[in-house]
Amino acid sequence: MTPLRRLARSLAELILSLLVASLIVYGLLNLLPGDVAQVMLGTNADPTAAAKLRAELGLNRPFPVRYADWMGGLLTGNLGSSVVSGEPIAPEIASRLAVTGWLVGLAMALAVLACLPAGIYAAVHRRRARGFAVSAASQILMSLPAFLAGILLILVFSVTLGWLPAGSYVPLTQSPPDWLRHIVLPVCALALVQAAVLARYVRSAFIDVLADDHLRTARAVGWRLWPALLRHGLRNASISLVTVLGLQLSTLLVGAIVIEQVFVIPGLGSYLLDAVSMRDLVVVADVVMVLVAMVLLITFLVDLLVVLIDPRLRVTADVQEEQ
Amino acid sequence: MRAGLRAAAAACALVLALSGLAGCSQEGASDTVVLGATAAPPTLDLTTNNAAAIPQTLLYNVYETLLRVDDGGELRPLLARSWSQSADGLRYAFRLDDRARFASGARVDAAAVADSLNRMRSRPTIEVVRTQLAAVAAVSAQGEDTVVITLKQRDNFLLYNLSGVAGIIIDPARRSDLARHPAGSGPYRVTGFSPGESVDLEASATAWHERPQVPRVRFSYYADATSQTAALLSGDLDVITDLTTPQAVSRFSDPKRFTVTRGTTNGEVVLGLNNFTKALSDRRVREAINMAIDRKGLLDVVWNGQGTLIGSMVPPTDPWYTDLSKRWPYDPARARSLLAQAGHAHGLTLRLRVPTLPYATASTRVITDMLGRVGITVVTDELEFPARWLDVVYTRADYDMTVIAHVEPHDIVNWANPDYYWRYRNPTFTRLIAEAASGPAGQSTAKMRQAATILSDDAAGDFLYLMPKITVAKAGITGLQRNAASLSFDLTSLRRSSR
Repeated sequence: MTPLRRLARSLAELILSLLVASLIVYGLLNLLPGDVAQVMLGTNADPTAAAKLRAELGLNRPFPVRYADWMGGLLTGNLGSSVVSGEPIAPEIASRLAVTGWLVGLAMALAVLACLPAGIYAAVHRRRARGFAVSAASQILMSLPAFLAGILLILVFSVTLGWLPAGSYVPLTQSPPDWLRHIVLPVCALALVQAAVLARYVRSAFIDVLADDHLRTARAVGWRLWPALLRHGLRNASISLVTVLGLQLSTLLVGAIVIEQVFVIPGLGSYLLDAVSMRDLVVVADVVMVLVAMVLLITFLVDLLVVLIDPRLRVTADVQEEQ
Repeated sequence: MRAGLRAAAAACALVLALSGLAGCSQEGASDTVVLGATAAPPTLDLTTNNAAAIPQTLLYNVYETLLRVDDGGELRPLLARSWSQSADGLRYAFRLDDRARFASGARVDAAAVADSLNRMRSRPTIEVVRTQLAAVAAVSAQGEDTVVITLKQRDNFLLYNLSGVAGIIIDPARRSDLARHPAGSGPYRVTGFSPGESVDLEASATAWHERPQVPRVRFSYYADATSQTAALLSGDLDVITDLTTPQAVSRFSDPKRFTVTRGTTNGEVVLGLNNFTKALSDRRVREAINMAIDRKGLLDVVWNGQGTLIGSMVPPTDPWYTDLSKRWPYDPARARSLLAQAGHAHGLTLRLRVPTLPYATASTRVITDMLGRVGITVVTDELEFPARWLDVVYTRADYDMTVIAHVEPHDIVNWANPDYYWRYRNPTFTRLIAEAASGPAGQSTAKMRQAATILSDDAAGDFLYLMPKITVAKAGITGLQRNAASLSFDLTSLRRSSR
């Protein structure tokens, strides 16, 4: 298959997946018990008032009509308005996506920076106590919920040492130093767990690399271990690492939802949780679709990237095609 | 190795730089008082959404009413300097304070007040407003300074209701975007709203009464109680408006750093019983439940002993309060025999469906245990709050027992509605509430007291306790209300002593 055809097929798959996802998301959300009119009116509402509000909000139209309406909006770039606050959803998602984007992006960058040396170190020294210690530490950190990591960081750096704020957020445009102070702890909380997970993948990838003929040859012609590993090993290890990174990015998004709650950060996660508890279904559907689209897009890009990094994949694909 | 050392040095430098920044920015923020609250307002439009978090932030701070409720539950003048009532009780005249101004600078004159109240009662989106203003026949302006309210029938609760959400006066020229830009006459105006996170208030330039001492206030909302206490300990917060984790009080015991105040609220925590179900329509079963639960013990476990035992649906700040907490003393033996009399000698199974709120889930474990000891098997079910609980328990009444705090002022009147989710039907009680509302004013309090006693005697529900109001503030912050007699977190007397 030519690279272009391959790209076209992946794109078609992406679009089909998005369509199916939209139907599942909207359908499932409509099965959720509880309705927004009741939530808005609270514990003093009578059924007629709730029914009236429901009609006013257009919630009693049939499912296909509401779905078509919502899909039509999505396709024309109109995400609609929140039922609860009446505010347009698109700008809210955009501003919150920026916040979550920083959180996830920085956490991922930090995790990658930390997992490479830790993972390689653990692989090289896997038969010694220090290598074992690194593995054990990553095992412990891995099992730490992001929520707990956040609380622990707050206790140490905010409550005990008083160095950094325990929560809230300042936009980068408002004050870069304040933005940095507010985002350090949540990013670290997310990155810590993530780095531990990734370090284990790096370790096992490099254990394979260490047994590889390339490396043995490089060592035989006089390369020292670390330069040889970085020069020859990194490319081979990066294939599995990129795949794992793609997968982990979606768990990082989920982790961000929790971390945003702990640190009171106005990101996409807290927007989603608030909307769920208020049964503001249009907001929930929009945010979930944005998240689904992001995850699918990441998977798509990872696929492309793996093919680019690993020429063997292209060759095998071509061979299979010809048979 | 050298690289490692360099990285460590760089990390240290970064941390030091950040801690340096921490110092700078705290200096600059000292004119803002940051309040940590629990529930965030979903919108700022309190005419369309019933969430208690909206009046907590806006009532008396941003919006004002003709008269207000003080910390002891008494009515005081606010926009109205004085008021009078006709002999038949059907006509009220309010004399407005001629200094009153909206944040826009426009005068709060009689026409604006009449316009606002008429709009409130003719287009009520929230039910509570409709019922609270149901007796009003007309609101009209007489000249610039006098507002006259005429009633279809006497309403002894009208003045009180006018002090709450139903009576807020909205700037008629600025009501197009109340969800983002509330337009009132209070000492503060809203300068920022980030849903779910914070609301920023700033002293209004046109504040017509005494200008607030604290120029800027921020309400910050914490879904997680641990983060909230950590934020106060680390200095990010100045006040926790309502501590929901009483175990954490001990962390604020240093009086040089913190002040802890304990007061009462309007939040009656009720073990709601579905009076319509077969088992619970039998009064003996309801009595047995009341006697099987050691409310003092429950309060010790759930709230570290803080909170008040009340025994009915009335907080001590209401004029008709009587201590009924001893009406059903803890007596498991008697509970068991009552159950046997009601035909449940071999046990009874009841569904306890509670909202996912900390006090409710904590109470569930205690109640399950205590009822288990008298032979009632409790099947518990935690329902996500608000949506699922409202759907299953409140709307469909598909439950036997539930635990929830009712925070609206004067919400004892809900028991007079036979379709309310308790499905309580007692004609005498309903008649007493109606008479207290529209009968001779002099008898109103006595009738309400009588109604509260009936509710307790009937064991209509189990009135577990009254939510405590635990406010924790940094030392130097004063002027916080002790009790929560209204829905407002009143900022008008807030002070911060200079450091």
